[in-house]
Amino acid sequence: MGEWLLEKFLLLNGIVALVLVALIFLFLFREAGQALARIPFSSWWGAAETDFDGNAVYVHMWQPNGSRPKYSLIPLLLGSFLVAIPAVLIAGTVGVATGIALAEVASRRTREFLKPIVELLAGIPTVVIGFFCLATLATVLQNFFHTTYRLNAIVGAFGVSFVVIPVIASLVDDALRAVPHSLREAAYGMGATRWETIVRVVLPAAVSGLTAALILGVGRALGETMIVLMATGNAAQVTLNPFVSVRTITATIAAELGSVPKDGDWYQSLFLVGAVLFTITFLLNLLAERVVDRMRRKLAL
Amino acid sequence: MTTAWRNRKDRLASIVVRAIAFSTVGIVLAILASLLLEGRHVLSWEFLTQPPSDGMTEGGIFPAMFGTVCVTMLMILMALPLGVLAAIYLVEYAGRGRLARLIRAGVNNLAGIPSIVFGLFGLGFFVLFVGRGLDRLAGNELVFGQPAMLWAAATLAVLVLPVIIVATAEALTAVPRSHREAAFALGATRWQVVQRVVLPQAWSGILTGAILGVSRGAGETAPILFTGCAFYLPRLPVAHLTVPLIGVSIPMVNPLDQFMELSYHVFVMATQSADTTKTRPIQYGTAFVLVALTFALNLTAILLRTRLSRRVVRS
Repeated sequence: MGEWLLEKFLLLNGIVALVLVALIFLFLFREAGQALARIPFSSWWGAAETDFDGNAVYVHMWQPNGSRPKYSLIPLLLGSFLVAIPAVLIAGTVGVATGIALAEVASRRTREFLKPIVELLAGIPTVVIGFFCLATLATVLQNFFHTTYRLNAIVGAFGVSFVVIPVIASLVDDALRAVPHSLREAAYGMGATRWETIVRVVLPAAVSGLTAALILGVGRALGETMIVLMATGNAAQVTLNPFVSVRTITATIAAELGSVPKDGDWYQSLFLVGAVLFTITFLLNLLAERVVDRMRRKLAL
Repeated sequence: MTTAWRNRKDRLASIVVRAIAFSTVGIVLAILASLLLEGRHVLSWEFLTQPPSDGMTEGGIFPAMFGTVCVTMLMILMALPLGVLAAIYLVEYAGRGRLARLIRAGVNNLAGIPSIVFGLFGLGFFVLFVGRGLDRLAGNELVFGQPAMLWAAATLAVLVLPVIIVATAEALTAVPRSHREAAFALGATRWQVVQRVVLPQAWSGILTGAILGVSRGAGETAPILFTGCAFYLPRLPVAHLTVPLIGVSIPMVNPLDQFMELSYHVFVMATQSADTTKTRPIQYGTAFVLVALTFALNLTAILLRTRLSRRVVRS
C-alpha cells in the first residue's frame, strides 16, 4: 500500500512537468487567439497608409502604440532571421570545427582543456554577452565594417553566435563520437590520412547529427532575447541589410510587454508574436529530433 | 596526388581546425578581460556591500546580489524536489509506457522553449491568472496579483525544471543495473532499492544538476523582466515577522515583494539608466560579479561531474 502510494506520488511529479508544458501552450495560444479574433488578419501582413504627400501606400510596420496601431509581423520576422542566419553561419563554422577538434583532432590533454572552456562559454549569462556586445564589440565592429549604425544585426549575430557555438560544438562532438571506430580503422587501413578519414568517412557517417546540431542552433538563435535586445538597436524596419538596426521577435516582447496595459490589442498581439516564435522553435526542435532518430537507426544497423 | 602533398594537407587541415576551435578560448578570454579591465576600478568591498546611491550613478550592488541569491534559492526549493522526484519516476518506475513517453517528450519540449516565452507565461499565468485569482478568492486588493519574487522564482523554476530532470535521470541511469538486481534478489521493494542503493550513488550527479540549475537561473533575465524585478528599490525585500506572545520581530525575506537582481541590474544600467556612459565602470563591475558567480557555480558542477564519471568508470 505504501509502495503503491509512493509510486503514484512520484508519477504525480512527472505529470506536473507535463501539465506545465500544456499550461504554457494554453496560456500563450489563448491570448494569441484573442488577438487573432480582434485584429483583422491582413494587419499581420501590412496596412494601407497615406504618406506625407497624401499618396496611398502599403506599409509593413510594427507600431502598436500609435493612434492607428499597426501590427505587421514582417519587420520582426525579417529582424529575427537577419540576426539568426549570420549567427548560425558563424557559430556553425566555429562550432563544427570545435566539435571536430574535440572528437577527432585534439590530443586527450587538449580535449580536457577545451571541453570545460566550451562549457564555461555556455555558462556565461546572456545578459553579460549582450552587455559585452553593446559596450565593447559594437565599437570594434563599427571601426572594422564602417557602419552608420553602431548597434546593428551583425553585432547581435556575433553575440548570439557566442551562445550557439557551445550548443553546436557539443552536439557535433557527441555525433562524431557515436561513429563506430571500425569505420575509421577501415579508412586508415586503406591508406587514408586522418583528414581524408574525417572528411570522407566520419563526417558523412555523422551527417544527420551535424544537421540536427545546426537546426537546434537556428532554434536557439531565434529564441535568444537579451543579446538581441541590447545589441541590435531595436528599430523595426523592413530591410535585408544586416548592417542596419533591426528589431527581432524576442526583443519586441521583452521591450514592450512591461509597459502595455494588461488587456487590449497590444498586450494580446505580443502573445501572438510569442506564439509565432514558440511554433517556429517547436517545429525546429521536432525536425532535429526526427533527424537524430534517423541517425540512431542508421548507426544501429 | 602525391603522398607528401596529402600529408601536408592533413597537417594544414588539423592546424586550421585547431585554430578555429581555440577561438572559443579567445571569446571567453575577451569577454572576461574586458569586464575585468574596465570594471576593476569599481570592484571593492564597498561595491559588494553598499546599495546604489546618487540616482544609481554611484555606490554598490548589494541589493541586487541579495535579490539574486533569494530568488534563486526560492527557485531551487520549488524546482529541485519536483525535478528529482519526476526523474526518479521516469528512470526507476515508468519503463516504456505511453505516459512515460509523453512525459519525456514534454520535458524535451520544455527545454527547447525560448526564455522570453517563459516571461510571457510567467506574467500571463503566475501573476495575472494565479495571483489575481488568489486575490479575488481572498477578496483583497492587489496582494498576490502583481509582479513579486514568488512569481519570478516560480517562472525560473519552470525554466530550470528540465535541467534538473535531465541531470538527475543521467545520474540515476549511471548506477549499474546489477546493483539494483542484487538488491531485488535480497527481497528489497522498489522504493527500498531506490532509497538504499540508487540514490546514495546518484547524489553527486543530482547535486551537479542542482548547481547547474542555480547557475542557469541566476543568469537568466528574460523570464523575470515582467514577473518581479525592480529597477531600483530603496529597501531590501525583507519583512519583519513579529512572533506572537514573545513579541520578538524576526526579519524574513518577503516573497511577495519586488526585488533587484544582478542580471537585470546589468541590463537596466546599460540601457535605461540616466547616464549610461558615466556608469559604464559600474556596469562592467556588475557584469563581472555576475560572471564570477556563475563561473564558480559551473566550475563546481564540472569538477563534481568529472569526479563522478571517474568513480563510475572504476566501479
